[in-house]
Amino acid sequence: MPKQQANWSPYDNNGGSCVAVAGADYCVIAADTRMSTGYIILTRDYSKICKLADKCVMASSGFQADVKALQKHLAARHLIYQHQHSKQMSCPAMAQLLSNTLYYKRFFPYYSFNVLGGLDNEGKGCVFTYDAVGSYEKVGYSSQGSGSTLIMPFLDNQLKSPSPLLLPVQDAVTPLAEAEAVDLVKTVFASASERDIYTGDKLEIVVINADGIRREYMDLRKD
Amino acid sequence: MNFMASKQPENSLLGPEADSQRTLYPYVTGTSVVALKYKDGILMAADMGGSYGSTLRYKNVERMKAIGKHSLLGASGEISDFQEILRYLDDLILYDNMWDDGNSLGPKEVHNYLTRVMYNRRNKFNPLWNSLVLGGIKNGQKYLGTVSMIGVNFEDDHVATGFGNHLARPILRQEWHENLSFEDGVKLLEKCMRVLLYRDRSAINKLQIAKITEEGMTISQPYSLKTYWEFSAFENPTQGAVGSW
Repeated sequence: MPKQQANWSPYDNNGGSCVAVAGADYCVIAADTRMSTGYIILTRDYSKICKLADKCVMASSGFQADVKALQKHLAARHLIYQHQHSKQMSCPAMAQLLSNTLYYKRFFPYYSFNVLGGLDNEGKGCVFTYDAVGSYEKVGYSSQGSGSTLIMPFLDNQLKSPSPLLLPVQDAVTPLAEAEAVDLVKTVFASASERDIYTGDKLEIVVINADGIRREYMDLRKD
Repeated sequence: MNFMASKQPENSLLGPEADSQRTLYPYVTGTSVVALKYKDGILMAADMGGSYGSTLRYKNVERMKAIGKHSLLGASGEISDFQEILRYLDDLILYDNMWDDGNSLGPKEVHNYLTRVMYNRRNKFNPLWNSLVLGGIKNGQKYLGTVSMIGVNFEDDHVATGFGNHLARPILRQEWHENLSFEDGVKLLEKCMRVLLYRDRSAINKLQIAKITEEGMTISQPYSLKTYWEFSAFENPTQGAVGSW
């Protein structure tokens, strides 16, 4: 009898889309709240957004169990950091930690597609975008997840930053006002929900600015 | 030419010898579990069948058990793995009781523990082949969650495993509402279980419904649902059908 192969996969894709947009003095992070597997919706009310530090929020889509484990890991590391340094981790610091954490499991990856958003030490918005094994980049805006192929071109059209190859180095953050950026994000998810079956139900928006963190919700298509 | 035969250490999980130590597929399985939140707590239903492939081997399997004072666990999938999980939880509750500090693990904590156990087993490529439903109520807070064999977990107002996700969740999405009475909750669960009975090959007509409230857990005696097979469309199904002979 030929050697039996395992007929289960340690991975699953629970779907969903995440977006983050950086502004001059704010950052918008958003994700839908649908969790699916295959053609089934498991729940319509699942948050993909996790606050890692005071000014640093992560949205992740992909395999939910890995996402949860990753969030727990980072939260634990942040707690240790606070004990050792008597301060919160800055967003760029958390960005590096996330990259290292992901690469640590390079040969059995966290199936998690992340966008990290927050304010840097000067209070300016910053967004970092990742792949599943930790390759990352600081950008002005990004999307990940099942709807990212639909969302990213639209963001490029609306928020296109100057080429990073130009000199002097130009800023990637959008000149849009906070309210306009939030509106753009809502539009983007409404559009993605039309065509991506894994995106929908409800949109959760988190806005970080000098005043703190604010959360907002918007209904999306439930089909 | 074999300069240094690469040998696995004795306790490695790689290599053909190790496969007998890892779960590759389930043997005795239970089918769907369906649960919902109602006014006073959680209602959960599961049938009592233990299938061995396509054979209905065991007809008196209790797939729902009380955990501590505040929680109720229902499981589908491999029955022996469920029994193993009950042993883990026995230890967990025992140690919790031995603190004797007036505190007790609530459903949220038990659910988190189970999620970690399932995820860690999945990480070692040796999963507990179950889909678990964990419900309970503590200090007035109702909780209902689920974990799969690879660690995917979430909580909701109503959950189901396996076929229940396909057949029962749509009914629950349509008809569940906050503060269901006990009778309405049972009726709704029975509606779901009846559809599963008609359409799930591994379901049997012998089920229990468990309830957990602040007062504690009670589980019904096994009983069966009324079914109707006399629909005229099924009486002579091929009449009028176009055929080649």
